[in-house]
Amino acid sequence: MRQVDTETTMTLELSHLSRRFTDFAALDDVSLSIAPGEFLALLGPSGSGKTTLLRILAGLDYPDSGSVDLDGQNFLAAPARERKIGLVFQHYALFRHLTVAENVAFGLRVRKRRLRPSKKAIAERVEQLLQRVQLDGFGHRYPTQLSGGQRQRVALARALAVEPSLLLLDEPFGALDAQVRLTLRRWLRELHEDLELTTIFVTHDQEEALELADRVAVMNRGRIEQVGTPEAIYQQPATPFVCEFIGKVNKLPLTLSGGRLGMGEWLLDGEPWNGEHAHAVAYVRPEHLALDVPETQPAWSARLRHVYLAGSVAHLELYVPSLDHTLEADIAGEDVAKLGLQPGAQLRVAPRSAVVFAMDKSGEDAAVQGRWVWQAKNAPHA
Amino acid sequence: MRRRILPGFGLSLGYALAYLGLIVLLPLAALAWKASGIGLHGLIRLLSSPRTFAALKLSFVGATFAAVVNAFVGLLVAWVLVRYRFPGRRLFDALVDLPFALPTAVAGIALTALYAPNGWLGQWLVPHGIQIAYAPPGVILAMVFVGFPFVVRTLQPVLESLDRDVEEAAESLGASHPQTFFRVILPMLFPTLLTGFALALARAVGEYGSVIFIAGNIPMRSEIAPLLIVEKLEEFDYAGAAALGMVMLIASFVLLIVISLLQRWSRRWAEHTR
Repeated sequence: MRQVDTETTMTLELSHLSRRFTDFAALDDVSLSIAPGEFLALLGPSGSGKTTLLRILAGLDYPDSGSVDLDGQNFLAAPARERKIGLVFQHYALFRHLTVAENVAFGLRVRKRRLRPSKKAIAERVEQLLQRVQLDGFGHRYPTQLSGGQRQRVALARALAVEPSLLLLDEPFGALDAQVRLTLRRWLRELHEDLELTTIFVTHDQEEALELADRVAVMNRGRIEQVGTPEAIYQQPATPFVCEFIGKVNKLPLTLSGGRLGMGEWLLDGEPWNGEHAHAVAYVRPEHLALDVPETQPAWSARLRHVYLAGSVAHLELYVPSLDHTLEADIAGEDVAKLGLQPGAQLRVAPRSAVVFAMDKSGEDAAVQGRWVWQAKNAPHA
Repeated sequence: MRRRILPGFGLSLGYALAYLGLIVLLPLAALAWKASGIGLHGLIRLLSSPRTFAALKLSFVGATFAAVVNAFVGLLVAWVLVRYRFPGRRLFDALVDLPFALPTAVAGIALTALYAPNGWLGQWLVPHGIQIAYAPPGVILAMVFVGFPFVVRTLQPVLESLDRDVEEAAESLGASHPQTFFRVILPMLFPTLLTGFALALARAVGEYGSVIFIAGNIPMRSEIAPLLIVEKLEEFDYAGAAALGMVMLIASFVLLIVISLLQRWSRRWAEHTR
């Protein structure tokens, strides 16, 4: 349907971008390379700088230092209106005094006369785009007459009308309810596969980022903590922040005893630092906890406190008296009955895998000294 | 029937209607009754008098002109007050209300003192053939003065609530700044601008105190319709005064209805919600 310019190979190169606002650094030396046709998510809590980064790319804000190059050309030199960027906002930002069709046509109608398509061509293009976003027949309505999901699709059609080389989405589903959000998310993914348009979207919803994006950049305090595929971000988090921000996780403080890092009965073999670091933190995903570890292997004895059955997944709350620590474990809902799990049951619990960070001291403000992805040798089954 | 959050619809509607009747409609009815004393013949004679016609024309054309000026300048001032932060902004903001607070006669005297042929500004302007005081421009100047706050005060809250991301969307779609202003911002402000215009217009049509000082009240030239009414009263021609009042009233009413229709058209996008 839409003709995509496939011959351009436009790599977007962000290097050493910094942006300070009066009281904090919104961006702190951010470098990132975005491949043509890539679907990248900027994921982070509010105030992490992800929106500032998007606004800089859109030309609505400028960095204090650093550069953005598109195919070797200085991207920041062009003002916003010359960048050919499709921008979609959280609250749609539709022109409420214009009809849906007029909204979509806006970017074409404001062009200089010699670049402006004929009225007929504009009308055809609008019709095409409305079909594309599954809103054909809605052209004569006003935005106030549409639902949130429909409005956001109008905003997307409007952004696509100018044939952008880059699509930027700022929390595009943030104002929608859960059901619509899910549908629109899948739909956007399909659209991206059709258009092969470089797309960057900002979100604080990790599920959204992991499900949609080819690559995710996790941001925190103006820095990029990790860039990688959703799988890498989830399975091999690079920093403690990523561990804690993405998914649920058990945070376990480890100490060195007898040359081995461990916590209570659970001791890790083969730590790579040769006892150099006395403190470490292990992050264990709830689904990476084994619940029936045989007597031959080290494990904590834990008491099952609660079982929260949430559809297909059961969340278990386990209490380990020897550590005075509560653990969270996730298992498939059907396994609850299979294992005969009742609150009060005694279980032998140990992690099957963990990401371990060596720290210079204990406590919250400790600095990371090293990272180690640990796997149980003969991983017991749940 | 839809359940209302606050009870007492019947009571409050009854009270509002009774109040409106007592304060607005009753005096108007008295005016109409008084005016009917003049008879059809008298009315025709009154309206066909060139002096009456000239006064009505000055009142309405002058007020429209003043309201147009106020719409432009008011938009500019409201824009500056809302969009920019500068030292003295609050003072500037407070000054806007001054024409509301000042007794209109004081404003008239002040304007006259400025623009009279021997006044501060008049002594420089009059020798160049620019006559403001005791001429129609003076009338319009006074009307601009009293109507000014209406446009600013109606536009301000709407301007403040305009979403910036709409402007940013326009910019990223390739719109230049003038295009963003004329195609996006102005259409959204237009209904409110019309409200301010209508208020300023109504105020200017009915203005008496400040105008008569600077107008000089030269029949056929700088005499406004309200002054003519006062003159008729002084001559004990109550029916004539009432009839002229009625004519002004009807003309104003028609004007306001036209503005209101225009306003409805200009905000057709907000008329129907889901």
